Amino acid sequence: MSLAHRIIPCLDTDGSRVVKGVHFEGLRDAGDPVELAARYDAEGADELVVLDIAAARDNRPTFLETIRRVAEQLSIPLAAGGGIRSLEDARSVVRAGADKVTLNTAAVERPELIGELSREFGAQAVVLAIDAKRENESWQVRTRGGRVPTRWNALEWAQRGVEMGAGEILLTSVDRDGTQSGFDIPFSAAISRSVTVPVIASGGAKVPEHFVQIFAEGAADAALAASIFHDQLQSIRALKSYLQSRGVEVRLPC
Amino acid sequence: MIATLIDYGAGNVTSVARALRRLGAEVRTTNQPEQITTSTCLILPGVGHCAALLNSLDAHGLRHPLITALSRGTPFLGICLGLQALYQTSAEAPDLQGLNLLHGHVEQLPHNVKLPHMGWNQLRPLRDCRLLSEIPADAYFYFAHSYAAPADGPTTAATCEHGREFTALLETERIFGVQFHPEKSGAAGAKILDNFLRLAA
Repeated sequence: MSLAHRIIPCLDTDGSRVVKGVHFEGLRDAGDPVELAARYDAEGADELVVLDIAAARDNRPTFLETIRRVAEQLSIPLAAGGGIRSLEDARSVVRAGADKVTLNTAAVERPELIGELSREFGAQAVVLAIDAKRENESWQVRTRGGRVPTRWNALEWAQRGVEMGAGEILLTSVDRDGTQSGFDIPFSAAISRSVTVPVIASGGAKVPEHFVQIFAEGAADAALAASIFHDQLQSIRALKSYLQSRGVEVRLPC
Repeated sequence: MIATLIDYGAGNVTSVARALRRLGAEVRTTNQPEQITTSTCLILPGVGHCAALLNSLDAHGLRHPLITALSRGTPFLGICLGLQALYQTSAEAPDLQGLNLLHGHVEQLPHNVKLPHMGWNQLRPLRDCRLLSEIPADAYFYFAHSYAAPADGPTTAATCEHGREFTALLETERIFGVQFHPEKSGAAGAKILDNFLRLAA
C-alpha cells in the first residue's frame, strides 16, 4: 500500500477547443475538451489538466464555460490554468469547478500571488507550473509559453514557489515538449529531490518506457502528456497495465 | 430523503453536490442553522485550511446546531476537513476548538514524505466498514491533505499510510467520516457516497 504514480492527460485549449503544437508553436485542432475529458476519466486517468494557452482577456468567459462543462463530466480531480493573474481570476476558475489552479507567468512576475492563492484555497489547490530550458548544467525558467527567458534557475524557483505556498510543481521541459523523444529525466530528478511537494513531469512522452523512466529515474510523482493520448497513440488503460507489469504502482481503473 | 450539504464556502461543495445528484439524491446546500437542525442527512465537505472551516461554522452560528444534530443521531458524513473537524483540535489551527465529538488531535503528517499527501492511495480496514460495502479491497481513493487524525481511535474503521498511519475512514452508529475525497475518487468514491445515502435512509 502506497501512493500510486499518477497519469495526467493535459488539454491545451484555445479557450473552447483542444489544440496542440510543437515547442508551443504551430497549433492545430485536436478535439472537443468535454469528449476527451469523459474518455480519459473512463480510461483511468488520475487527474486532468485544462489550460487556456491563448489566455486572452476577452476569451475568459469561453474558457470558464469549458471548465464548467469539463468538470461536469469528471469523477477525478481537475486542475485549470493559463492566464491566471490575480486572486479573482483564480476564484472564477475554482467556482467553475476546478480543484486546483495552475500558475505560471503571473507567478514569476509577482510571486506573492502564490501565497495569496494558497491562503485562500490551501496549498493542495496551488500548482506552480514551471517551463524551463536547459542552459549548460542547469535549467532556466521561461514564461509566455516558453518563449521569454527569466533570471530564475528552475531549481531555485521551484523551492521559492514551495516556500510561498505552492502544493505541487508541474515541470515542462521546453526542449522536449512536443518532440516525443522522452521526458527530461535529469530535470525532473533534480527538482523532485530538492522540493518537499509532489512533482508532475511533462514534455516529451511517447512510449510506455518513457513513463517507467520518469517515475523510476526521474523521481516524478505524476506524469503529464497530451498528444499521445489525444491521437490515441497510447491508451491510458494500456499504459497503466504496462507500468504495473514493470513494478510501478498505479491505480488500475475498475 | 434530502441530503443537506453544509456550505461554509469550501471549494468542493459543488463537486460533492454533483456527485450526489448523479446517484439520484436530492441535495440542498445551506449555511443556515435552522436547516441543519431540521435535516435528516448531513454532509460536511471540506478542503483547504481547517481554520477557514471552523471560523466559518462559528460565523454562521452552525457549530451548536451541528453538534446537537450529531448528538441526536442525525446521519452525518464528514469529508476531508469535515472529518478532521470532528476531533478536539487540529495543529493546523491550534487556537481554535474542533467540534470535540471525537477524542483525539489532528496533527501534521511527518516531513519524511512529500506533503501534501496528494493522489490515489489504498485503505487498510481495521474491521467491517459499512461505507466500504461492495467496494473492492484494492480500490484507490483520492487524497489531498497535509494534516490527519490519529489512527488509534475507537471510531477509526480504516487507515491509510503516508509517513505514518492515520484515520482514512471512521464510523460510529450514525457518524461517518472520510479523509479522502469520494467526489473525486471515480467509481469507488461514488460507491462510498451511495453507501452513505443508503445508511442514512
